[in-house]
Amino acid sequence: MQTKFNLRVIEIENLSFVYDKEFVLENINLIVDNRDFLVLIGPNGGGKSTLVKLILGINPIQSGFIKILNKPLHKSLTQIGYVPQNTNVNTNFPIKAIEVVMMGHHAHKRAIFGYKKEETEHAMHVLRQVGMEEFADKKIGSLSGGQRQRVMIARALCANPKILLLDEPTSSIDADGQKQVYELLKELNKKITVIVVSHDLSVVLEYATKVAHINKKLAFHDLSSIKKEFDIGNNHVCEVELLQMLGKCKC
Amino acid sequence: MLEVLSYEFIQNAIIAGILVSLISGIIGSLIVVNRMVFLAGGIAHAAYGGIGIAIFSGIPIFFGTTVFAVVAALIMAFVTIKERENIDTFIGLIWAVGMAIGIILVDLTPGYNVDLMSYLFGSILAVTREDIYFMSALFVVIILVMTFWYRDILAVSYDSEYASLSGINVKFFYTLILILSALTVVIAIKVVGLILVIALLTIPIYIAQNLSSSLYSMMLISGFTASLFTIVGLWLSYSFDLTSGACIILVSALSLMLFMIAQKIR
Repeated sequence: MQTKFNLRVIEIENLSFVYDKEFVLENINLIVDNRDFLVLIGPNGGGKSTLVKLILGINPIQSGFIKILNKPLHKSLTQIGYVPQNTNVNTNFPIKAIEVVMMGHHAHKRAIFGYKKEETEHAMHVLRQVGMEEFADKKIGSLSGGQRQRVMIARALCANPKILLLDEPTSSIDADGQKQVYELLKELNKKITVIVVSHDLSVVLEYATKVAHINKKLAFHDLSSIKKEFDIGNNHVCEVELLQMLGKCKC
Repeated sequence: MLEVLSYEFIQNAIIAGILVSLISGIIGSLIVVNRMVFLAGGIAHAAYGGIGIAIFSGIPIFFGTTVFAVVAALIMAFVTIKERENIDTFIGLIWAVGMAIGIILVDLTPGYNVDLMSYLFGSILAVTREDIYFMSALFVVIILVMTFWYRDILAVSYDSEYASLSGINVKFFYTLILILSALTVVIAIKVVGLILVIALLTIPIYIAQNLSSSLYSMMLISGFTASLFTIVGLWLSYSFDLTSGACIILVSALSLMLFMIAQKIR
């Protein structure tokens, strides 16, 4: 085993969120360890997005607390690389892939005008990591959905985060593109913690080590032990195996 | 033909035309990528309220319009940040109320005889040296803003949620874009008039958007195409004694059509 013992990257305790006098999230407790591959699932309106917004510091914390890397949360993307939903909008925008990636640099470290040489080099480095180096100067709208998503992941990686948080990363991508995105996340997961919000169970569970189901309350499942009992040699978890897996689980 | 260039009013018209075109290229690009065309239309029409106030109270028309357009832009910024859901309704409201104020005040002005058509369709041949100084100053301000804040403005325009998360003051830049749009609208009214402002702020930009892979090149291409349309339009207007604003817009629209056909064929 490597040095991942009890290194908690995210700690959420007794977190509740009320909107319009109704609980959106009720008493959420969640611990994310270093290099977990956590998938957040749950119905629409179940509070997934609210939880993401709380973790990112967009929504104010009403009760309970969130600690990121043992420090209280504050609104910034310094520790968390974030890939928002709907990266297919605004595709007509005249912008190159590398310019999108460079938005991931921190505001306070930037050059007075233009891009610093190190910034461009680093952006190329992360593009290489996601396998999009040759598309650096392509207009973002000319890329496929999967390629565009990898550029968005590169943008999130630009600030060297410890945690990568993705909101429905493959909702509007074809099957091949989805596969590529998840393979990339699996590769990145060797170094950093990955959290994915998704409703697409069959794709996601193939890669997840932990699953949290959110519907106002949170139910947590550690898959790492259960998964070993199943033969997923053909790299595929279909719904049937899924049911078997969940049957073994005590919710 | 070339001797017309020796007239001062023709020189002023050409300089103003090019300045306004370059400015519209930059700001029009921002308006289009931020999907603020309706907003800019609202500011342009609300600016008529400024013309009315200026005529009624006897202050210089250019000054009155500028102040009123900037105030309209600030209200628009405030409303769009606060009331995202009803944004169209509020823009329409400001649009109409501005015009109504203008019309009523012009009615109330005794002995009013200013040529309304020149505000609706532009009066580029009546551009003065002072107008050109104002346009040059605005051009310099816009160049400075775009040089120092290009990355922030790009980030806010492309993905405002992400920009806000990475610590950029989205509201500030959004308001700044709107104020610059208001100032641009005011000087564009001089050249093509109130009614045709939106065409100048969108047609060259549409062509440029299809030819560029970055916001920077889109602004440059828009600026140069707009300048070309303005010069050709002015020349037609002079040769056939037609309204300059309408000529500029028709030249632009015709070029846009040819451009679209060329794209289809390719």
